[in-house]
Amino acid sequence: MRNKQHIVIIGNGISGTTAAREIRKRSDYRITIVSNETPYFFSRPALMYVYMGQMKFEHTQPYENNFWKKNKIELLFDEVIKVNTSEKKLTLKNSTLHFDILILACGSKPAFYHWKGQELRGVQGFYSIHDLKRLEENTQKCKKAILIGGGLIAAEMAEMLYSRNIHTTLLVREKKYWQENLPPQEAKLVENEITQHGIAIRCETQVEEFLGENGKIIAIKTNQNEIIPCDFAGVCTGVIPNIDFLSTSTIKVDKGILVNEFLETNCSDIYAIGDCAQQKSPLPLRKDIEQVWYTGKIMGETVAKTICEKKTIYRPGIWFNSAKFFDLEFQVYGQVGGIQKNEYDSFYWENTTQHKALRIAYHKQSKSIIGIHSLGIRLKQNVCEEWIKNKVSINQVIEQLNKANFNPEFYTKYEKEISHLFATSIHYSA
Amino acid sequence: MKLLRIIGLILFFSGLLLFSILPLFKRTFYLTPCALEHVLSEQEKENLLAELIPLTHIKHQQLFSFANKIIRIHQQKNALLKKQKQWDKVMWDSSQEFAYKLLRVSVKNDSFKIRWSIFFIILVACPLGGLLYILSSDKKRQSNYFTFFLPITSVKWIAYILTAWLLAFYILLYWFPAYIINWVVLVDPISKFLNGNEAGPWFLYGFLYSVVMCVMGIKMFLKYKNNAYQMIRTISVLFFQLAFAFLIPEILVRLNKPYMDLKNIWPLDYDFFFEWNIQTLIENGTLGIFMLLWGILLVVIAVPVFTYFFGKRWYCSWVCGCGGLAETLGDPFRHLSNKNIKSWKLERWIIYPTVLFSIIMTVLTLYTFFSKQNEFLGLNTYEIQKVYGFLIGSVFAGVIGTGLYPVFGNRVWCRFGCPLAAYMGIIQRFKSRFRITTNGNQCISCGNCSTYCEMGIDVRWYAQRGQSIVRASCVGCGICANVCPRGVLKLENSDEHTRYNKNPLIIQKEGVHLVKNT
Repeated sequence: MRNKQHIVIIGNGISGTTAAREIRKRSDYRITIVSNETPYFFSRPALMYVYMGQMKFEHTQPYENNFWKKNKIELLFDEVIKVNTSEKKLTLKNSTLHFDILILACGSKPAFYHWKGQELRGVQGFYSIHDLKRLEENTQKCKKAILIGGGLIAAEMAEMLYSRNIHTTLLVREKKYWQENLPPQEAKLVENEITQHGIAIRCETQVEEFLGENGKIIAIKTNQNEIIPCDFAGVCTGVIPNIDFLSTSTIKVDKGILVNEFLETNCSDIYAIGDCAQQKSPLPLRKDIEQVWYTGKIMGETVAKTICEKKTIYRPGIWFNSAKFFDLEFQVYGQVGGIQKNEYDSFYWENTTQHKALRIAYHKQSKSIIGIHSLGIRLKQNVCEEWIKNKVSINQVIEQLNKANFNPEFYTKYEKEISHLFATSIHYSA
Repeated sequence: MKLLRIIGLILFFSGLLLFSILPLFKRTFYLTPCALEHVLSEQEKENLLAELIPLTHIKHQQLFSFANKIIRIHQQKNALLKKQKQWDKVMWDSSQEFAYKLLRVSVKNDSFKIRWSIFFIILVACPLGGLLYILSSDKKRQSNYFTFFLPITSVKWIAYILTAWLLAFYILLYWFPAYIINWVVLVDPISKFLNGNEAGPWFLYGFLYSVVMCVMGIKMFLKYKNNAYQMIRTISVLFFQLAFAFLIPEILVRLNKPYMDLKNIWPLDYDFFFEWNIQTLIENGTLGIFMLLWGILLVVIAVPVFTYFFGKRWYCSWVCGCGGLAETLGDPFRHLSNKNIKSWKLERWIIYPTVLFSIIMTVLTLYTFFSKQNEFLGLNTYEIQKVYGFLIGSVFAGVIGTGLYPVFGNRVWCRFGCPLAAYMGIIQRFKSRFRITTNGNQCISCGNCSTYCEMGIDVRWYAQRGQSIVRASCVGCGICANVCPRGVLKLENSDEHTRYNKNPLIIQKEGVHLVKNT
C-alpha cells in the first residue's frame, strides 16, 4: 500500500469537481479543492438565470453542502498565490498547503484587449460570481447597454439585459453576425431570433475607447469614430485561461497551461484540465483550448483515471455542442462550419415559418456524413455520434432521421418534409 | 397594453375584494315552520322543534347573530343530551352544518338589482379582469424571468396575504358553512340553471374551482404556446375538470341520478366505499350498479394498466382535479417545492403511511358494511372515517394542499399525501414503460429542471450523470424538459428494459467507458 497521497485541485468548477469526484470513486486519497470564488461548486452557465430571477444562486449548486464532507472531499476557500513545483507546496493567501499531486483547474477569465477606459465603472465581462454581483450593481439604473463581441456570452448577456428591459446593442467585428461559426442560413436564423427580441446588431463595428465621466461609462467610441452613448458596456470578446498566479512557477504556459495528451504539464505530478489547459498538439479538427462544459468533465475523469488506475489519453470523441439563443435551441455534432467546399457538401432544410433548420454535411464522393446542425429541433446525441463515427451515408441518415428525434411528445415532426426536400433537391442529384 | 393590464387588475381586485367581504353583508332571513318541517330530520324535530319555533315568522337581519342563535340551540341541546347520557338522541351533525341547513331554507333574496350587480362584479368582471390582465401581459411575463424577484412567487408579502386568504377560504368552506351563506346564495342562479336546485357550499367550490382553472389554464396556453405537450395536457385537465368533475355530476343530479365524479378514483376518492355511497348506488338500479363497478374497475384495472403504459402522468397531470388545479393555478408556484434529500425522506415517511391509513379505513368500512358490526379489533369504523375525513380529506388535501401553494409549492398534497398517487407511484417505479430520458452528455448542471420540478425531484442529479429518471413521485408534467436550455430531457414511454441504464454513461469516448453507480 502506498502512503495516502494528498491530491490538491485548484479550482472548484466543473473540471476540478469532476476530477475530485472521480478520484474519490476510485481511491481513498486525501483530496482538497481550493477555490477563491465560492465555497461550493456551482454551475457557471446557470449564473445568467440568477440574474434573470429564474433561479436563486443556491439552485445553481448541483450538490447539497454536506455532500463534500460525506464524500471526504475537503474544500478550502482561499486564493493560491504561488505554486512551488520543486517543494510541492502551494502558497495561499492565508496558509500554505503541501501536495503530492496537483491538478490545475483554474478556469478562465474574460479577455480584455487593453482598450482605453476599460477600467471605468460599468465596463465589465461576465464570467464569475463576482462579475454577477458587479453586473447587478452596474445595471441598477441602466437604460442603454452595449455588448462588445458576437459570441455565445454576448447572446446570453443580451437575454439577461432583455429580461431587465435594458435596450441593448451588439457590436460585432465580422461582416455578418455569427458568420465565423455558422453558415449564412443558420446565422440569419440566429440573428433574427436576437433582433426579434429588440436587440440591435451592428456588424463591422469594434470598440476603440470607453468614454467616461466621474469614473463611470457614458459612451463608447467605435472604430468608425462614432460615439454611442450607453450606461453599461459588456465585454464579451471571449475568455482566456486564468493563469496569472503561475507566472512565478516553473510550469510551462503559453495562452494556457501546456499539457500533453495525458493532460500532464511539464512538471511531474502536476496536471491541468478544463478551460485553463492548452493542448500542445491538439486533436485533428479541434482547438488547443476548448472552453466547453463537457470537455472539462471528460478531462476531469481522464485525469482521475490516470492518477488512480493507469495513464489514460484524453479523447473527447465526436465534437458536439449546444446553445440557446433566447427561445431558439441550437445543436451541433461533428464538423459542419468551415468545411472544404471541394471535398464536402451539405444538405440544408429550413422551415421558415416555424424557425426550424437542419444541415447535414457529408463527403461528396462517399456520401458519408461528417456533421449535423440543428436549430429548433432536438436531436439524440448518441444517434448522431454513431452516424458520424460509422460514416453512415446521408441517404441512410435522412431515411432514419426519426431515430434521432429528441423533441417532446406531440411536437410537429419534420422528417417527411426533410426527406421530401432531400429527394427532390437538385443539389443532391448533382 | 399597459392600460388594459391596469383595467384588468382593477376589475380583478374589485371582484376579489367584494367576494372577500361578501359574507359580512346584511341579508334577511325568514324561517317558517313549514320549512322547518321540511328540512329537519325526525330526530332533530323531536329534539329541537320546540326551541326553534320562536325563531320563525321573524325577519332576521343579522346573519351572524341568527346563525349563532341556531348554533347555540343545537349545541346546548346536544350537551344536555350527552350529560343525560341519552346517546340515541344525540345529534351527530355539526352545529355549523345544522345552522347552514336552516339558513339555506330561510334566505330571502336581495333585490334584483343588488343581487345581479354583485353577481356581475364577482363572477363576471373578476375573472374577465384576470383574463384581461393575463392576455395583455407581454412575453417576458409569460416566461420564468423574475420568478424569484416577484413578491408573489418568491414567498414575500403578497404570497403571505394570498396564503392567509386561501387558508381562511378553506377553513370557512370546510367547517363554517353557515357563515358563508352569502357566497353560496351568489351562485344559486348557476346551480338552478344546471341542476334545478339551490346551490350548496360544494357547488360553490366546484364552480369557483372550474373558473379559476379556466382563467389560469389560459395563462398556461400563453406561457407554453410553443410546447405542444403542455398545450394538450392543459386542454385535458380543463376538459376533465369541466366535464367530469363539474358538469356531468350536476346533470346526473338534474336527472335524479346519484352524484358522481366519474374520474375520481379510490383511494383519492376516500369515501367511495362508505356505506351511504354504496347504498345510494345500489338503490339506483342499473346506472348505480354501473357506477359502483366503474369505480372498482378504475382502481383494479385502469390504474395499473394505464400507469404501466404511460406512467402515473396519465392521471396526475392529465386527468386529476387536484392535479388540474396544481397545473393551472399552481403553476406559478411550482419552483417552491423543497428539493432536499431530507424532504424526499419525509415524503416517503408521510405518503406511504397515508395509503396504509386509507386502506385500513376502507377495509373497516367494508367490514362494517357487510357484518353490520361497528367495531373491529377495538377500532370504531365511524370514528376512523371521521378522523380520516378531517385529517386527510380536509386538512391535508384542502387546507394544506392548496392553501399553502404560495409557500410550499403546488403539489404538497400530491407529493406528501395523496394515497392514489402513492399507489400509482409504486407501479411507476417498478413496472412501467415511462421514464424521462436524458440526452447523452449535454447537461450543463444548470439546475433549471430541479428548480422547476413541482414534485421536488432533483432531476439534475440524474441528468448530469446521463441517467434516466425513474421516480415514484414524478407526475410527468413535462416542465423539466421545457425549461432545460440544452434540450437534455425527454418524457418517454418505451420498452421497459431500456429504462434503467444502471451503469450510466457519464462520459462518452472511444471505447465506451462505464462508471459504477454510487
